[in-house]
Amino acid sequence: MRSPPLRPRRRRTSLSHILPLFKAKTGIDVKVVAQGTGQALDTGRRGDADVLFVHAKAQEEKFVADGFGVKRYPVMYNDFVLIGPKSDPAGIKGMSDVAEALKAIKSKGAPFISRGDRSGTHIAELDLWKAAGIDIGKEKGPWYKEIGQGMGAALNTASAANAYVLADRGTWLSFKNRGDLDILVAGDKRLFNQYGVILVNPEKHPHVKKALGQAFIDWLVSPEGQKAIADYKINGQELFFPNANVPGA
Amino acid sequence: MPGDVSALQLLLSGDPALLAIVRLSLIVSLSAVVFGGLIGVPFGAAVALTRFPGREAVIVILNALMGLPPVVVGLAVYLLLSRSGPLGSWGLLFTPQAMIVAQTVLIAPIIAALARQTVEDLWSEYRDELAAMDVGPLGRIATLIWDGRFSLVTALLAGFGRAAAEVGAVLIVGGNIDGFTRTMTTAIALETSKGDLPLAIGLGLVLIAIVVVVNAAAWGLRRAGERLAG
Repeated sequence: MRSPPLRPRRRRTSLSHILPLFKAKTGIDVKVVAQGTGQALDTGRRGDADVLFVHAKAQEEKFVADGFGVKRYPVMYNDFVLIGPKSDPAGIKGMSDVAEALKAIKSKGAPFISRGDRSGTHIAELDLWKAAGIDIGKEKGPWYKEIGQGMGAALNTASAANAYVLADRGTWLSFKNRGDLDILVAGDKRLFNQYGVILVNPEKHPHVKKALGQAFIDWLVSPEGQKAIADYKINGQELFFPNANVPGA
Repeated sequence: MPGDVSALQLLLSGDPALLAIVRLSLIVSLSAVVFGGLIGVPFGAAVALTRFPGREAVIVILNALMGLPPVVVGLAVYLLLSRSGPLGSWGLLFTPQAMIVAQTVLIAPIIAALARQTVEDLWSEYRDELAAMDVGPLGRIATLIWDGRFSLVTALLAGFGRAAAEVGAVLIVGGNIDGFTRTMTTAIALETSKGDLPLAIGLGLVLIAIVVVVNAAAWGLRRAGERLAG
């Protein structure tokens, strides 16, 4: 049986693992359009999606406060990692303070690739520059390149240019064209990357598949959905850590 | 490169996911050729055979529209079909139908511009004959389209080539949804973004092979038709 399609938007990765489990249980077919968080929220604002699966908490809360979404549910987290060439011209390998690492990259003028696309990762990157006390909009030089594209394109560019780049760990683990790149900085608590899920408000857009969309959200935050997320692994490494029941996530 | 082998192997071994992608690519692009032809050929022929003020400007614009950027067409169709757009109630965004609409808009001017040239060239050969037979304007258009049908295949193939090769429009209005709106070109873009360059190249070679096969089929059809038509 083929149920009417849902149209959630989100970045990428583990959905191809968990969607078949959801479909087997409910018969609901979820159609995924992969977009960065900024674009996904805009798609939701226009009413072109039923459910949004995104990662930029402040913007998600604003989306709901503006009446475009019903409610934001925390679902899971992973972390961002600072990727760079193994030759490491800025000498940041192993640093535990990501802000210090960014300062070193800037002071050396080492090449850095920015998503530049209003995605969740781009927003996180901008916040980190701010945490480092650097106004990147004003202080960027030719070493800082905004490519205006997705995570994969940014990693491809960094790989070709031997540049530094901020990536979410999930995309990095499944990325194949690594060249000389490796994880140089990880583990700083400011690299935490929380994902949330939101039903687009049917009061704004009456065609939104409210019951089906809510069923998907309910399943994601249920013990079964949370287990499915935790079970998703690449090369034995868990990519996402469910935390739907952690207050304030 | 191992990737070339793996994409071809997937295709030859009948991998259902890849076959579905190839099938959707062909359905979308060939449908766009049909609609683009239904619009473009009569329009191009009409421009070729009628004289009206501003005709030269229409020809220049038609020729210029052959260079329409797919991403702009995609964005325009997106805004049109979005739930917040004028045709939002149709609910067509992120469907194969939306992709056909976008590619039709993209290639109808190409087919029209090339059809105009073809028919105008024919007209200079047939002018005296058709004038002597006192054929009306609609009759002339129909006659010359029919007589030029084999040459017009080239116009349709140019439209097909453009449609099959573009990624900007189908990506925006289709959304690259797995198993639903994923085409060869959006799959290639996706694999490139995952850093799986060998698979992306392999898919690209499969796409080129398919375009060659379609062109060969059209060529064979044209030759057979010409022989029958004597």
